[in-house]
Amino acid sequence: MNDAELLKKLEDIFRENFDDDTITLTPATSPDDIEEWDSLEQINLLTALGAEFGISLGLADIRGVHTVGDMMALVRGKAGQ
Amino acid sequence: MQELEYPFDGEALLRKKRALRRELSAQPGLVGKKVAILSGTTVGEVKNMLELFLLASGIRPVFWESPYGLYYESLVFDDGSLAAFSPDVIYMHTSVHNLQNMPSPADSAEEAEQKFAAEAAHWQGLWQAAARFECPVVHNNFELPDTRVLGSFDAVAAQGRVRFVNRMNALMAQWAAQHANFYVHDLCWLSASEGLSRWCNPAAWYAYKYACDVPYIPTLAHSVACIIKALFGKNKKAVATDLDNTLWGGVVGDDGPEALAMGSESPDGMAHTALQQYLKDLAGVGILLNVCSKNEDSAARAGLRQPSATLHEDDFVCFCANWQPKDANLAAMAKQLNLLPDSFVFLDDNPAERALVRQSLPGMAVPELTCPETYVRTLDRAGYFEAVGLSADDKNRVQMYKDNAARQAQQAQFSDYGAYLRSLSMRAEICPFRPGQLGRITQLINKTNQFNPTTRRYTEAEVAACMQSDACLTLAARLEDKFGDNGLVSALIARVEGAQAHIDLWVMSCRVFKRELELAMFDTLVAACRECGVHTILGTFLPTAKNAPVKGLYPSLGFELVAETPEQADYRYSIPASYAPQCRCIEVQYTPNDAQTQEATQ
Repeated sequence: MNDAELLKKLEDIFRENFDDDTITLTPATSPDDIEEWDSLEQINLLTALGAEFGISLGLADIRGVHTVGDMMALVRGKAGQ
Repeated sequence: MQELEYPFDGEALLRKKRALRRELSAQPGLVGKKVAILSGTTVGEVKNMLELFLLASGIRPVFWESPYGLYYESLVFDDGSLAAFSPDVIYMHTSVHNLQNMPSPADSAEEAEQKFAAEAAHWQGLWQAAARFECPVVHNNFELPDTRVLGSFDAVAAQGRVRFVNRMNALMAQWAAQHANFYVHDLCWLSASEGLSRWCNPAAWYAYKYACDVPYIPTLAHSVACIIKALFGKNKKAVATDLDNTLWGGVVGDDGPEALAMGSESPDGMAHTALQQYLKDLAGVGILLNVCSKNEDSAARAGLRQPSATLHEDDFVCFCANWQPKDANLAAMAKQLNLLPDSFVFLDDNPAERALVRQSLPGMAVPELTCPETYVRTLDRAGYFEAVGLSADDKNRVQMYKDNAARQAQQAQFSDYGAYLRSLSMRAEICPFRPGQLGRITQLINKTNQFNPTTRRYTEAEVAACMQSDACLTLAARLEDKFGDNGLVSALIARVEGAQAHIDLWVMSCRVFKRELELAMFDTLVAACRECGVHTILGTFLPTAKNAPVKGLYPSLGFELVAETPEQADYRYSIPASYAPQCRCIEVQYTPNDAQTQEATQ
């Protein structure tokens, strides 16, 4: 999976989670850019990420995850790529 | 909505919650309820998921939340905001993390006992404080600790934390048994059912302070919503079940009754018998069982006459075995029982029949039955019949409906409906509310949707307050006839202001519709009004999706319409000097309060 494909998958997760088909992500997208992306939604996004990519996220994984780019790196790291 | 039916995909619900809420909120006929959540851990998605499941049950919740972790302070030292919110139900979302006096293995037995006493006092204080809000309180009991320093001995030792939690849960169950308006949400069972090692995720606790792992939040919310919907009268009331490959394995018309798989002789047979036994247990608490099968009637009955059958013909109220489409049969069955299709759960192994019924009768619950060994669990986990108490009436209900079927058979012999009613030899006992009736009256008030002009709901405490108030006229009716005792089937509360009485609430069980009991109630109300100098009776009709049957109630009794908007119709009745009783087919025995008091003092 290349970066564009990974970004598209994350975008699908965000769009479904926030019920908003106009969301467009870049690696730089952060909670500052999406109004409803608060700490509770961060938990939901990480849970959805874990389910989507079949990875289990521990304390060390979720620490410091802030932007969409951080999430992409997390998936890459857990998938061993 | 199928997404919210067991077995639901918790992770999908968390992702789709906004779209689902949008869709569910658009349903007609939702009932608004105020839900206060007092939590010892993160609420977050617990509230959102609770909202989805309540919406799916026909309840539109408005929430009030305690600040994070301040369940105790918010309730015991309410700054007035909770009281001002005036909750319809309080949900206390606490967990084993909120136990503050857990013993340590180093404690002496006496120290451990003191800690338990301190813990018990903390929670009992909370429960007492909750009672003053006079609404149902639903409280999680405690899940078992995820780890055990003493291993299995933790459940035995005076210092054991497993033992401590078990004792706390026993204490809570005892409290619930002794106090009205207090309901245990069995978190201990739920977490065990899902598996404690999966339920408890230390990362979710350390990072987010969620008491259970995130994917189980919908499971938790569903379980709590089951209790809340039961409290507000949204339980299912009846089961309509298919026979072939549902109640038994095989097709009776093809294989013959002797060849059917049921009983203890085969694994398949045991699985089907487990469903029969579960249904029989449901019937024991008043759930009405009905057959809806594509079969010759004689073949269907032959199956139930097998010695290996647990359910028999007389366990069913309606027996519908024919070749008509099932949705039409189910609609007719609902009409015959005077229930709404929404009150039914339809069991069928055939996906095509399930799809037909889901499409044609969208309010009916249609669980996804896949293989026989999972039928019972699927039915059980859905929580359709969540019990919040058991009354004597529940146990007799099936017999009452069967008596009704006998009445209908008798009715068919009469061309004159009045002659039929007189043939029933009906006797009604109508009297002001009595303390022993409060549980049943509250249940009737909260589950009656059809004969209910105002659809106001009351807690048991509020019903008791009406009973004791001089400013309220209350009437409860029992009805008997030659086929049996229908039990307490109607209740009325009227507020007296000077020479006027305003009917705030009037409910009647649908099983005694069209028996002139409403006339007997009204005659009695008139008599009671005259005794206390009331000349005018006011009635209100507040239309809902379900109470159309009483739209014309007040005009039919002789009330005049005084004001009407789409949301409300107001009626007035001036009691004439010579009032002729309207009920002609029921022998009414009216016992006013005074006579009761005299009886008591004699």
